Amino acid sequence: MRYGLLAVVLIGAATLGGCTEGVLDPKGPIALAERQILLNSLGIMLAIVVPTILATLAVGYWFRASNRRAAYLPDFEYSGRLELLVWSIPAMTVLLVGGVAWVGSHDLDPGKPISSTVTPITVQVVSLDWKWLFIYPEQGIASVNKLVVPVGTPISFELTSSSVMNSFHVPQLGSQIYTMSGMATRLHLQADHLGTYPGLSTMFSGDGFADMHFTVDAVTDDGFAQWVRQTRETGSALDKQAYADLVKPSKAVAPFTYRAVASGLFGSIVNAGMGTQESSLSICSTSQRAER
Amino acid sequence: MNLLGKLDWNAIPLHEPIIMGATAFMVLVVVAVLGFITMKGAWLYLWREWLTSVDHKRIGVMYCILALVMMLRGFSDAIMMRAQQAVAAGGAQGYLPPEHFDQIFSAHGTIMIFFMAMPFVVGIMNFAVPLQLGIRDVAFPTLNSVSFWLTASGALLINLSLAVGEFSKAGWWGYPPLSELQYSPGVGVDYYLWSLQISGLGTLLAGINFVTTILKMRAPGMSYMRMPVFCWTSLATNLLIVAAFPVLTAVLAMLLLDRYLGFHFFTNDAGGNQMLYANLFWVWGHPEVYILVLPAFGIFSEVIATFSGKPLFGYRSMVAATMTICVLSFLVWLHHFFTMGASANVNGFFGVMSMVIALPTGVKIYNWLFTMYGGRVRFTVPVLWSIGFMVTFVIGGMTGVLHAVPPVSFQLHNSVFLIAHFHNVIIGGVVFGLMAGYNYWFPKAFGFVLDERWGKASFWCWFIGFYLAFMPLYLVGLMGMTRRLQHYDNLAWQPWLIVAMVGAVVILGGIVCQVVQLVVSIRARDKLRVTGDPWNGRTLEWATASPPPAWNFALAPNVTGKDAFWTSKREQAKQGKPGPSRAYEPIEMPKNSATGFVSAFFAVVIGFAMIWHIWWMAGLGLLGAFVTLLAFAFRRHTEFEVPAEQIAQFERAHQAGAAV
Repeated sequence: MRYGLLAVVLIGAATLGGCTEGVLDPKGPIALAERQILLNSLGIMLAIVVPTILATLAVGYWFRASNRRAAYLPDFEYSGRLELLVWSIPAMTVLLVGGVAWVGSHDLDPGKPISSTVTPITVQVVSLDWKWLFIYPEQGIASVNKLVVPVGTPISFELTSSSVMNSFHVPQLGSQIYTMSGMATRLHLQADHLGTYPGLSTMFSGDGFADMHFTVDAVTDDGFAQWVRQTRETGSALDKQAYADLVKPSKAVAPFTYRAVASGLFGSIVNAGMGTQESSLSICSTSQRAER
Repeated sequence: MNLLGKLDWNAIPLHEPIIMGATAFMVLVVVAVLGFITMKGAWLYLWREWLTSVDHKRIGVMYCILALVMMLRGFSDAIMMRAQQAVAAGGAQGYLPPEHFDQIFSAHGTIMIFFMAMPFVVGIMNFAVPLQLGIRDVAFPTLNSVSFWLTASGALLINLSLAVGEFSKAGWWGYPPLSELQYSPGVGVDYYLWSLQISGLGTLLAGINFVTTILKMRAPGMSYMRMPVFCWTSLATNLLIVAAFPVLTAVLAMLLLDRYLGFHFFTNDAGGNQMLYANLFWVWGHPEVYILVLPAFGIFSEVIATFSGKPLFGYRSMVAATMTICVLSFLVWLHHFFTMGASANVNGFFGVMSMVIALPTGVKIYNWLFTMYGGRVRFTVPVLWSIGFMVTFVIGGMTGVLHAVPPVSFQLHNSVFLIAHFHNVIIGGVVFGLMAGYNYWFPKAFGFVLDERWGKASFWCWFIGFYLAFMPLYLVGLMGMTRRLQHYDNLAWQPWLIVAMVGAVVILGGIVCQVVQLVVSIRARDKLRVTGDPWNGRTLEWATASPPPAWNFALAPNVTGKDAFWTSKREQAKQGKPGPSRAYEPIEMPKNSATGFVSAFFAVVIGFAMIWHIWWMAGLGLLGAFVTLLAFAFRRHTEFEVPAEQIAQFERAHQAGAAV
C-alpha cells in the first residue's frame, strides 16, 4: 500500500523536476499552457486523492477485527450528512476540473490561430508510409522528416495523410492532431526557444511506425531565411513523378529536402484521398476542412 | 478453383522459431490435458457433467477457467512486449521484428479485453447472480450454454491464428484504413473480426439472458431495493451489453463488408470515412469499460460489507451511482479522439461529461470507506484485493480525469502515460475485483477455501508488480514516449522500461503464486472443507450448501429485507430455533443439452472457413448450425423432475455436515 504513496511521490517528483524532451519541458506557448493546465488539474485532484488514499488505509487499519479499542457499529449504514459530503466532494472537484477543461479546450483549440504581431508561416504536413513530408507553400520548398521553423513565429499547419491515419506530435511544442486521408486538419504551434526538438507519429500506422519520427529545428529568422535559400539551390523538385516515388513505403528515411514543389500538391493529395479526379492539380482552397 | 481457399502450407510460420516454440508448447499442453482425461477415463463424465451442462454454476466455472487460461496467453504477450522494449533502445532492434511485435500488441489487447476480462466477468455473474437472487437457474439455461461456447469458439479461433496464418497487426481497435484490405491484405484482421463477431454474439446472448433473469426471476420478496449490490451492478452491466454490443457487431460487420465484398464504409476512396469507424467503435468501447468494471464494483461491495460485518454504507447511493454510470457511459466516447480536430465545443462537452462520470465513481469509493468505518474488518485475501483496489483505483481515476481535459489529451493521447492509465483502472479495478471475487466465491463453488498464505503472496506480488510495471510508464509517457514502439532511440527512457519489465516479472510471480495456491488448496481440500457459510455471509448464496446442489435451494427462500441471509440468521438467533419447517416438493430442472457445444463447433467451422475463403466449408458450417437449431427447437423433453425424496436426503446430509 505504501507503493500507492510512492507512486504519487514519483509522479510529483517528475512533475516538479521536469523531464527532458517531454511535455513537461515546453518550448512554446501552446505546450507551456498545456503543461500549466496539466499541473493545475493534477493539483486540484491530488488535494482530494491523497487524503482519500490515506483515509482508506487508516480506516481499514483502525477497524481491523483484532483492534478491540475500535468501535463496532454493526448497524451504521446510512447518514444523510455523510451522503451529502460523499456526493459533494467529488462534485466540487468535477466542477473545478470541468471548468478547466471547458475553458482550456476553447483557449487551446488546435484550429485556433495564435495571436501574434508576427505574420504566421504556413506548413503543409503529409504523413506517408512511413515518413513525414513538410511542404512550405509560401517558400515553394519541401522537406522530409525535418521541420525547420523560425523562433517566435506562429506556424499554421494544414495536415493530411497519403495513406493510413497518423498523428502529428511535437511534445515540446504542444498539441497533436490526426492526419487523415481525404481530410485536412488544422493546428497552430510556435517555438519560443532555439533548439532541436523530437517529433513523432503517435498513431500506429504499420511496420515502419517506430521509425516514423522527425526533428524540429527552431532557428532564428536569419537562420530560417538562410535555410530556405540553401534548400532552393539543392536537391530535386517535388513534382508529380517525384511524389509518386516518395509515396512508396519506406522505413527510417534520413531527412532530405526538395528545392521546389508543384503548386497545389497538398490540395491534390487531400482530393486524391477523397477519391475525386487526381489529375486535377488545380489549387483548391486547402484551408477548408474537406468533407467536414 | 482452390478447394482450400487461401489456405496452404505457407500459412504455418515454420521459419519463426518464437511462434513455432509457442505453438509447440500449446500443442503439448493440449495433448497433455487430453491424455490426462483419457487416462482417468473421464470423457463421459466431462461430456455429461460439464460440456453439455446448462447449470449456471458449471457454466460460470467454465467461463472462469477459460478466462484464466487466456490470461496466461495474454500475459505471455505482455511480458514479451516488456522484454522487447527493455532491450530495443538506441540502435538495437530487440528480438522481435516489427511484423511480429505488431501482432503481439494487437493480440494482447484483444485477448485481455475480450477473452480474459469479459469471460471472467460473465463467469462470476453466471455463478453468483442466480444464487444471490435465490433462484434455481438463469432465464434461458440452454442459451446460457450457447453463450459460453460461442465465447470459447472465438478464443479458439484467436489462438489458432498463432499456428495457422497470422494475427492482426492493426491494434486491438483495428482502425481503418490500416485494417482495410489495401493495407492489411493478410488473414490477420479476418481472424480478429471473426473471433470477435462470434464471441460478441455469445456475449450479447448472455446479456439478454441476465437482463431477463434479474428483471423477472427474483426470489419471492426480493424487490429491486432488496437486491444485493452485485446484482444491481450486474443488471447495469447487462443492460450496457444489450445496448452496446450490437454497435460493435454492426461496425465489425461493416469492416467485413469492406474487406470481403468491396464496400466503402471506411476506405480512403469512394466516400468512405475512417472516423465513422472510430466513432462507432468507441460508442461500444467506452461502455465496455463499465461493462467490465461495474461487476468488479459489485464484488467489492459484497466483499467489504461481508468482511466488515456490516451492511453496505449508502445502499441507495450505490444503486443510484451504478445506474448513473450506466447511462452516462454512452455520453463520453469522443474522449478517445479529442485529437481528430473536432470543434472546441464538442471537445469541451465530452471532456466535461467524462469528468461527470467520475462523480458517481468517487461516491462509491467513499461508500466503501464508510462501510469499513465502524466495522470489524477481517483482512482475508478478498479484503486485501479490495483495499489494494481502492488505493490503486483512485490514482487511475485521477489520471483518467486528467485525460478528460482536452488540452492535456492533446499532449498525452496515445502516449504510454495513457497505457499506464488504462492498465491502472483495468488491472487495479477489474482484475483486482475479479481476484477478490475468485477468492470470495471459490469455497461456494467447490466446498473448500483457497489457501490463505499463497493467496496473500499472490496479492502482494500483483500489487507491487503493478506499481513497478506501470508507474514508470506514467513517467516515460510524460517524457514523450508513444505507445506501440517496436524500438526507440531515446536512451533516457530505457532505465524506466527496464523497471517496468521487472514489474512484469513480479506480476508473473503473482500468477505463479495463484497457480500454486490452487494446487495446494486442491491437495489439502479435506482440511480446507467448509459448510455453506464460511465467511459469515450476508446474501442468499451463503444460505445453501457449498457446493450448492443443481437446484440451488431446496425451498425457495422468502426474502424479508436487504441482506436476506443476514436478516434471517439474526431472526433465527433471536428466536433461538430455526423457523417452521416446510415440506420439500419435487423440482423441475432443465435437461442437459449439447446444443451449445455443437453450435460452437459449427461456429468455429464457419469462422475458419470465412477467414481462409473456403466457401463450401462455410456453407456446410451454416447448414450444420441451422440443423442444430432445428434439432433443439423440435426436442420434446426439456426438463426433468428431481424427486422430493432426493432433495430431502441432500438437505439432511447438508444439515448434518453443517452441525459438525
